[in-house]
Amino acid sequence: MTVGIVMLVHTALDRAEQVARHWAANGCPVVIHIDKAVPTKARDAFVENLATVPDVVFTTRYRCEWGTWGIVAASQAGSELMLARFPNVRHVYLASGSCLPLRAVSELVSYLAARPHTDFIESATTADVPWTVGGLDHERFTLRFPFSWKRHRYLFDKAVAVQRRLHMKRRLPAGVVPHMGSQWWCLTRQTLSAILQDPDRAEYDRFFKRVWIPDESYFQTLSRKYARRIESRSLTLSKFDFQGKPHIFYDDHLQLLRRSDCFVARKIWPHADRLYEAFLIDAGTALKRTEPNPGKIDRVFAKAVERRTRGRSGLYMQSRFPNEDWENGVTAAPYSVFQGFSDLFDNFEPWLGKATGVRVHGHLFAPDHVHYSDDQSTINGALGSSAAVRDYDSKAFLTNLIWNTRGERQCFQYGPNDNQDICWHIAKDPNAQLSMITGAWAVQLFKSNQDFADIRRKAAMLQKIESEQIKIFRSPYTKARVRIWTMAEFIEAPIEPLQSILEQIGQTRSHRVSEVPKMVDLRGFGQFLQNLKNQGMHPYLMGDFPIEQDVAMPQKPPRKPYLVQ
Amino acid sequence: MGLIRSYRLRLQRKRWRIRAFRKRRELKQVVDQTRLIRPDDILLYCTQRNEKVRLRYFLDYYRKMGVGHFFFVDNGSADGSLEYLSEQPDVSVWTTRASYRRSRFGADWLNWLQMKHAHGHWTLTVDPDEFLVYPFCDTRPLRALTDWLDASSIKSFSAMLLDMYPKGRLDDQPYQSGQNPIEIASWFDSGNYSLRRNSKYANLWIQGGPRMRVFFKDAPEKAPALNKIPLVKWDRRYVYVSSTHMLLPRGLNQVYDEWGGEKASGVLLHAKFLDTFGSKAKEELERGQHYAGSVEYKAYAASLQDDPQLWCKWSEQYINWRQLEILGLMSKGNWA
Repeated sequence: MTVGIVMLVHTALDRAEQVARHWAANGCPVVIHIDKAVPTKARDAFVENLATVPDVVFTTRYRCEWGTWGIVAASQAGSELMLARFPNVRHVYLASGSCLPLRAVSELVSYLAARPHTDFIESATTADVPWTVGGLDHERFTLRFPFSWKRHRYLFDKAVAVQRRLHMKRRLPAGVVPHMGSQWWCLTRQTLSAILQDPDRAEYDRFFKRVWIPDESYFQTLSRKYARRIESRSLTLSKFDFQGKPHIFYDDHLQLLRRSDCFVARKIWPHADRLYEAFLIDAGTALKRTEPNPGKIDRVFAKAVERRTRGRSGLYMQSRFPNEDWENGVTAAPYSVFQGFSDLFDNFEPWLGKATGVRVHGHLFAPDHVHYSDDQSTINGALGSSAAVRDYDSKAFLTNLIWNTRGERQCFQYGPNDNQDICWHIAKDPNAQLSMITGAWAVQLFKSNQDFADIRRKAAMLQKIESEQIKIFRSPYTKARVRIWTMAEFIEAPIEPLQSILEQIGQTRSHRVSEVPKMVDLRGFGQFLQNLKNQGMHPYLMGDFPIEQDVAMPQKPPRKPYLVQ
Repeated sequence: MGLIRSYRLRLQRKRWRIRAFRKRRELKQVVDQTRLIRPDDILLYCTQRNEKVRLRYFLDYYRKMGVGHFFFVDNGSADGSLEYLSEQPDVSVWTTRASYRRSRFGADWLNWLQMKHAHGHWTLTVDPDEFLVYPFCDTRPLRALTDWLDASSIKSFSAMLLDMYPKGRLDDQPYQSGQNPIEIASWFDSGNYSLRRNSKYANLWIQGGPRMRVFFKDAPEKAPALNKIPLVKWDRRYVYVSSTHMLLPRGLNQVYDEWGGEKASGVLLHAKFLDTFGSKAKEELERGQHYAGSVEYKAYAASLQDDPQLWCKWSEQYINWRQLEILGLMSKGNWA
């Protein structure tokens, strides 16, 4: 008993010839179907080359256009010829010209001999499994497809839409339960001959001729009628990408293919010389009795599809430039933005850096230049510190910074003095964590040595900008984690917010707030605000500040927080 | 896109084609080996001027990659590069003394030659200092890529220009003919690029890299464009609009995914910054034959006088395409 190979060939005839010889030399009869579209000259040469090889025969030719009946007709003709000509064939294996056996043929033969009544055909009901990639499933059987999907896509789509609208449906032949699956199968003589000799075959054929992509459903459906035992998987390793076209194997897949232990792989690049050399040798070694294990290859290709459809979050580059809100994450990693903290605390940046071990920048969006941590002039990815370049595309600046420093959390200061173009981008970014003390910008003015008229003007402007910011950060479109305190609120109990900020940044180090940042001296600040009010400029973002507040500085360390390790 | 706009672009495409047709008279054929081209050959198109020292490595690099035939337009070289090219077995050469600027920086000449010879071929259009890197280029020939693109019905392949530079002064290590220029200029900027969409032609406009960081840090809008689409399954109706930055019909510029995914793309390693750069910049400045009144070369000349140092602490040293893939400069897309 042996395995017969029905081979559908349309391009790369030299490779097909090589593989056919390999099968035949190992005792497997081969029936070859050549696509009608192959030029006569090429076909004649091909046939002549194989003429001397025993047990290789050719069958009637059909035109095998993708997704049409021709492929089924060719498989039927090939199978009939195989069953008639080679009585000692028990399993028939449908393969293409670009399939390559990965294991010794004798291993396949003995594997099948051990399972004499099993049909290997991937076959899933359309009702339960969304088998197809983004296409039609059940409707393949119930609609009509007068137009070619490849050549007349527009008409094809329109025809489908019209039929859906009019609820047009074809009737399925009695006893047919639509199943679909990979077109590469391996069936037993019993099942295959039952399908081919079915008294109702003419009716089935007539039905499937009008089904879309019948090669993925004809044998898959009908084998369910007769098979004694179906293993619903294909013995051919064949992965499809998100558009439903097969992935191609190259020389550098050699090790992956070796380790997969699959019997046959599809589709091989015709110029992959190393693969053909490596696998088409007669391995007379001890038989491996391992089951096919395509897991690793599956992962590689699943990743490729994922990359093509979802991409890497936070990356903007020449071939990934998502429309707004389609980014799958505006930036690559979480980061923290602080507004007002460096105004209120003298040493906030070094303190935060020390307490958490993350990188703490100054005002990245400051008007003069980019204030990186440690006064660096460039940073990861050779991102420069020119304000002009940054403002030229401030979103790109931010996304680049976060992308370049993947794996290391970034913190930076922000404020109403800085470039405001970036506000919305931060607000809409779920990776952003924004902590804001409103009104803290006034401390700078309070301490500055400027004319009061200038201070008043500046304060009015900054207040306006910050209230705009608050509006943005509180809008329903905001996805960032935003926490806003008024300055008065914050000063009353600064430890708790600081502690929660440290926890949120959540680096592994255990941090108890053993040391608090030093708050600036605010004596006279209440009077300063009152002076502004007296000038008609009401600063309201700070919250309620008493005129003469004896601001209690948290000088002594607070009680140690309880941390669960 | 409205009908009127698409019709306007159609007219513009025809105008560029007519222009290319008229500019054919400026080209004088020196060597014609086009009869050797086989139907499935990958073709390479290039204009050059006084680049003899680079040509040997350039030809080797692309021959090894699997380019079947080279088309060169020589723009009045005087360093023997024309003679060198004429001796090559797989090169067809044209020469011209006409204005580079008035041929739209070579685009008209190449558009004509492509119209005439490239129909139905995969066509690579690069400068002598540009070296294509694509996913799996160390294990798979260019034909594997073009076959895959064909199978996926993709007609154009993007490869962004990546400026390479040496560590130290540009003139520290002289470049020898036949040497891999990336051995000297092996550093690049990995993450300071900004992109925007050009709504007219639907292409991306990429700027950044060392040139923006050093030469154009105060006027970033003037920094040169880095987006390129060098590999195209050519049809005689196609034209390059401006260098290889964009094409018409504009569907060919859609080399990026807009819904979050990544399409496959490569990188053109740009080995412009070698010891030859100083004299080249001076010469080009005198000729005034470059884009936007040679603003680029003026900026270079000004900056290069005092400190020709492009390298910085955060520069990356080139290893291979996988490194560029991880850094996010190119992508495998769904090619695996």
